[in-house]
Amino acid sequence: MLQLSDRDRAMLNGDHGPAPQLAMSILVRMADVYGAGELMDISQAHIDSTMYLGDATLEFAERLASLGARVAVPTSLNVSGVDECGWKDWAVSPEWAAKAARQMLAYEKMGAVPTWTCAPYQTQMRPSFGQQIAWGESNAIAFANSVIGARTERYPDLLDICCAITARVPAVGLHVTENRAGQMLLRLIDVPLALQQDDQFFAVLGHLVGKLAGDLIPVIDGVAVQPAEDHLKAFAAAVASSGRVALFHIVGVTPEAPTLDAAFQRRAPQQTLDITATDLRGARSELTTADGRELDMVILGSPHFSLAEFRNLAPLVAGQHTDPRVRFLITSSRLMKEMAAEAGVLAPIVEFGAQITLDTCILASPMLPPEIKTLMTNSAKYAYYAPSLLNTRVTFGSLADCVRSAIEGRVVRDDSLWQTA
Amino acid sequence: MADRLIAGRPVVEGEAEGEALVTHEALSFWGGYDFQTGEIIDKHHPLVGVRAAGRILAVPFSKGSSTTTAVLLEAVRAGTAPAAILTTGADSFFALASIVADVMYGKSFPVIALEPDAFASLQSGRRLIVERSGLIRER
Repeated sequence: MLQLSDRDRAMLNGDHGPAPQLAMSILVRMADVYGAGELMDISQAHIDSTMYLGDATLEFAERLASLGARVAVPTSLNVSGVDECGWKDWAVSPEWAAKAARQMLAYEKMGAVPTWTCAPYQTQMRPSFGQQIAWGESNAIAFANSVIGARTERYPDLLDICCAITARVPAVGLHVTENRAGQMLLRLIDVPLALQQDDQFFAVLGHLVGKLAGDLIPVIDGVAVQPAEDHLKAFAAAVASSGRVALFHIVGVTPEAPTLDAAFQRRAPQQTLDITATDLRGARSELTTADGRELDMVILGSPHFSLAEFRNLAPLVAGQHTDPRVRFLITSSRLMKEMAAEAGVLAPIVEFGAQITLDTCILASPMLPPEIKTLMTNSAKYAYYAPSLLNTRVTFGSLADCVRSAIEGRVVRDDSLWQTA
Repeated sequence: MADRLIAGRPVVEGEAEGEALVTHEALSFWGGYDFQTGEIIDKHHPLVGVRAAGRILAVPFSKGSSTTTAVLLEAVRAGTAPAAILTTGADSFFALASIVADVMYGKSFPVIALEPDAFASLQSGRRLIVERSGLIRER
């Protein structure tokens, strides 16, 4: 039975105005779905409902905004459906652009910070260890929980904003310490160090773990390297695309898993599976749906390209140029682009022939012209979703493979590590 | 022949009738469902190319994108949503989409959680009637 606080009840009765009343009415019905006994406070939110899909998402946003909705905690915004400054260079229709911009405006009016990124954990809105938050966006949820140790349930679009308006969530699931224990043990067995050090390793491992984990919290043991933050970002995006993982632990890497015992909170795994180099090789080949060497576009930046990724890319492309048949697109946020420019790493990338789309991505905005049929990416998330959403064929490869392919005008991959693995 | 009765727990209450469409693999509606046609489009999923609009979709749980709920809300508005969704646990994504569809458009769809054995007994193509109590009749 749900016990509401006096403030919850006041919101539900409309004492705080019509928007908190609507948000609280949805939250109370969801508390029942979650089996929550009470609601609890959160101190930050990230809104995935920003992405314009059609009239329903827009009507929901404008309904809340017209009721005077305001977010009650610091709130960041996920990607939108349009790059407001750049959409005319692409196949986006003026009607789509106008409606997506209206949806952006609705959420800005609610007082959220216009971060427009699917990597809010790489902005000033990064939460802290143990902080109770309500985040949408599958990759961001997995990253916040697992890599930072902040606490969020796997919040869907349309509920995230209700949490932000009320500053309340059902007190269940990953908000609660005991529910954050690992449930499934995945052991890397004889996976060579050279493979673990490869640029593609964590994206491929994430794709595989997402498929294996089902609805359990996976614990990965046997990782012998200390991954860069962007490799953990790639893992989080991959594991939350192929699967439903909202929290993972990597022993010796993520903050709630200093030891195997700690990751499981001293309980026994419900299931144990081994992961071999052969399994990883299989997972990597699943991410490639194209055959042959044809290439129309290299696409980087799902989740949004970070400053560190701009820094890694710049020396790889400096002084070179893309083949005129191949487009080279990076999706990122306004903030990251500015920081890359200030750091002096943007210029060589632009001179190389790269284009940069801000605030959105190729999956969230109908921007690719129909002649673009074959893509190459280092993002497991792009590789997972693009074939279904965009009807394109994709080759998955390392950042260096992507650059070399763009220069040569055809797909080239150095598969030596993965063939001998 | 008498109906087979399948016990279910209503996560979101409602009534529905339709042909069962059963999968044992989780599905993300974003990148997995075209709300303009009601068709499953995830090329990694065994039901790719199958139309789920108006059918009773049995899928163990949602996976992937948080935008699953928004796609389902669009589908309800466009009249291309499944008539009901049957799951193995109380799936918060499917439930939320139904609740918000009720708030926005006065149209919701039942979301019913089944025990694993009951879920495993479902077969595509059978006629199912979902009752408000969560009871499912198979014709």
